[in-house]
Amino acid sequence: MTLGELVNLLDFETLTGEVNLDKEVKSGYVSDLLSDVIANIDEGSVWITIQRHINILGVAKLKDIIAIVIPRKLELEQEVIERAKSEKIAILRDFRPAFEISGLIFNALKRG
Amino acid sequence: MNRINEEAENKPQLKLEFEIKEKDFNVAGEAASKVKKTLQQLGLTPEAVRNIAIVIYEAVMNVVIHATCGQLKVIIIPERVTVLTEDKGIGISNIELAMKEGYSTATHEIREMGFGAGMGLPNIKQCSHKLNIKSQVGVGTVLEAIIYLPSKDEKG
Ligand SMILES: Nc1ncnc2c1ncn2[C@@H]1O[C@H](COP(=O)(O)OP(=O)(O)OP(=O)(O)O)[C@@H](O)[C@H]1O
Ligand SMILES: [Mg+2]
Repeated sequence: MTLGELVNLLDFETLTGEVNLDKEVKSGYVSDLLSDVIANIDEGSVWITIQRHINILGVAKLKDIIAIVIPRKLELEQEVIERAKSEKIAILRDFRPAFEISGLIFNALKRG
Repeated sequence: MNRINEEAENKPQLKLEFEIKEKDFNVAGEAASKVKKTLQQLGLTPEAVRNIAIVIYEAVMNVVIHATCGQLKVIIIPERVTVLTEDKGIGISNIELAMKEGYSTATHEIREMGFGAGMGLPNIKQCSHKLNIKSQVGVGTVLEAIIYLPSKDEKG
């Protein structure tokens, strides 16, 4: 499933426009500990986290993460969004908490 | 601090150097991506590139978070890549303890940013073939990680 299809299906907000919507989503990971994400996330994943400082982009780039998903409609600084666009990392946002979002994404990917 | 002998070797090598300034939270990501690009261009396996990038990120982040300032050197020779950080800082009094997964002295503020899981050094160990840490309390730390590269005909 592409990121665009996932976004449409689950009605996520896209903060970075078209970035990566054509990319294939292979898996996902939920964690707010950066070293845990670095050790355990698969390539081609979406990453659900409440971390919103600029360093999440370094981690995303390091691990070829397609999209960062921010739960509970938490606020992000414009600087982070702009940088994400230029680094080609999608940032999505949703009103639901991380637990629900991961369940929805998990099921969507399982169904394919 | 005394340098570990890598540089003395007389082999064709490519050396990339980065300055790690105090509280520069971006340098780890920047250095890791730059080196990643170079290694990809050199034709290293995706696995080696991935491991080296992780080692760089974690080692540099540790300098930024736990020490004051320092330097990163990445030395590439045909058989291996050496990642070397040297810092000025508080040093590590018990390296064995520091290597334990989950051990961290990160402050509350740093933990709020998502660092401080105590997984950085274990990640480095996992991603490298050799890891050498020398530290002097109150002076600084030298970390050297070596990743051996499969020879061209082993790559398959
Ligand atoms: N360059 C360094 N200078 C001083 N102390 C260090 C340095 N690198 C690591 N340490 C010490 O070793 C501990 C463990 O390091 P490690 O990278 O495994 O975890 P962390 O940095 O605390 O958390 P994480 O890497 O998961 O964000 C640190 O909390 C710190 O006490
Ligand atoms: Mg660390």
